[in-house]
Amino acid sequence: MTAPTLAIDDLRLGFRGWAGTAEVLHGISLHIAKGERVALVGESGSGKSVTARLVLGLVQELRGARYSGRMAFEGRDLGTLSRREREALRGDRISMIFQDPTSSLNPVYTIGTLFHEVLRRGNPGIGAAEARERAVAALDDVAIADPGRVLDSYAFQLSGGMNQRVLIAMALANSPSLLLADEPGTALDVTVQAQTLALMQQLVARHGASMLFISHNLGVVREFADRVYVIYKGRIVEQGPTEGLFEAPLHPYTRALMAAVPRITGEGIPEIDEEQTGFYDPLVAHPGYSEAELRP
Amino acid sequence: MKRALFILLRNPLSVLGLTLVGLVVLAAVFADYVAPFPDHKGAVVDFLNFNKAPEWPYLFGTDLVGRDIFSRILFAYRISLTLGVVVLALAVPVGVTVGLIAGYIGGRTEFVLMRITDVFLSIPPLVLAMSMMGLLEPSLTNGMMAVTVMWWPWYARLVYNLTRSEREEGYVLAAEVIGASRLHVMFREILPNCVPSILTKMTIDFGFVILIASSLSFLGLGVQPPTPDLGSMVAEGAKYLPDSWWLTVFPGLAILVVVFGFNLIGDALREILGVDQ
Repeated sequence: MTAPTLAIDDLRLGFRGWAGTAEVLHGISLHIAKGERVALVGESGSGKSVTARLVLGLVQELRGARYSGRMAFEGRDLGTLSRREREALRGDRISMIFQDPTSSLNPVYTIGTLFHEVLRRGNPGIGAAEARERAVAALDDVAIADPGRVLDSYAFQLSGGMNQRVLIAMALANSPSLLLADEPGTALDVTVQAQTLALMQQLVARHGASMLFISHNLGVVREFADRVYVIYKGRIVEQGPTEGLFEAPLHPYTRALMAAVPRITGEGIPEIDEEQTGFYDPLVAHPGYSEAELRP
Repeated sequence: MKRALFILLRNPLSVLGLTLVGLVVLAAVFADYVAPFPDHKGAVVDFLNFNKAPEWPYLFGTDLVGRDIFSRILFAYRISLTLGVVVLALAVPVGVTVGLIAGYIGGRTEFVLMRITDVFLSIPPLVLAMSMMGLLEPSLTNGMMAVTVMWWPWYARLVYNLTRSEREEGYVLAAEVIGASRLHVMFREILPNCVPSILTKMTIDFGFVILIASSLSFLGLGVQPPTPDLGSMVAEGAKYLPDSWWLTVFPGLAILVVVFGFNLIGDALREILGVDQ
């Protein structure tokens, strides 16, 4: 069997401060098989985003960050790679989509210029004309009606939904094998979010990319992911198949998380129990979905 | 571009600034043709017409050796403008680079670079320039060097602050994520977003550089006679106030006009480029 696209084992991360080290990840393990879409779900501050940044090697460069554990990308241990090798992976083999599409695009360059830059990551010798051709094709794929006009525009001249599509097109332009999506489209309104997510789903499948989908939006996760990890305060508390986990959440925290979703039927904002009994219970894996069982 | 022109022309003060600076620059560039007595820029003596109050053909009067003050002001502008250009051309790149590196890299680099900047900023600018001139020989080149040394820290601090806020922007993270090098992020992503603020500050500073340089030569530490300089002209005439008022008033007004003009343009530029104060 081939190595999973991403494997994380017992990842711990702490930040050293005045009062000793504050640990934010307490040993999380997860993996993403080739072509799989995996969601990482949790509340704000649970360690979702920092995990993605660790994978990209952005956290390691911060002073005071202390981490241990093993992260492997397609069987290569990310910890042993040099800074240069890690930078080479980013943008080419691993790419990422962010929360706020508009601020992710530098306002002083046209979309076309930015696209050229992205394509140069995959193919350093690419010329302006060829880059434009490929950019037009990529924008066509994300259902942008007039790619030529968009390429000549600046990010602030386009709508948030347009920018989100542009970002998706850019993220997939070099056919990465792993796409990290950190709460994509949270800054967009719901209808636009739904459209772009559907698009992303198709494209990811077409490119055969694996995906780590980070979100606090359970509805989106349910539609999007094959498997789900629930993270709470730096620990994975439950993992399982999307269907199974939503049908029958096993961990007290997962149950609380699901109960917290406001209903469209109008029963008001749900009462959340202040009492957090059982939130710190150990990891519950659905049968057949523990790390040991999935990873030979 | 159209929008820029509209904002510029809508405000009479901007138009005034542009006119003043435009006239000064034209007069300085074409001083040889515009000045009624072009040879008066050097060591010319005309004792028949010395210390005359303004009267035709001496618009602003004559100085103590009979040279036309109006002609000398035009040539002094030429030196002042050159000085402004050279000082900013040296100080801005240095300051911007230091600010970018300190703001983006952070950590120990930031500490060292910004403390060095603070040291320069903590010495009163004129004192710093004066002590430098005391060590070196007073001349135009050394004057430029002295003003440059006291000027770059302001740009370092400006760009440092801008970089600190820009580096939290999404596009910086996005560039890092696609594996852009530090140099690329600093100079191609962050710097272009700082340009409006830098440009505005440069325009306003241009006037102040001329003012400081004039102060130096007022103290006898800048351009040396017989080369005409606004500061030394004021200094020379100050001894004969209030009787020979034209010796000081016209060079003084000349300094005022150029500083005022650049300030007005700077304000207009700030509005056009949307820089907040």
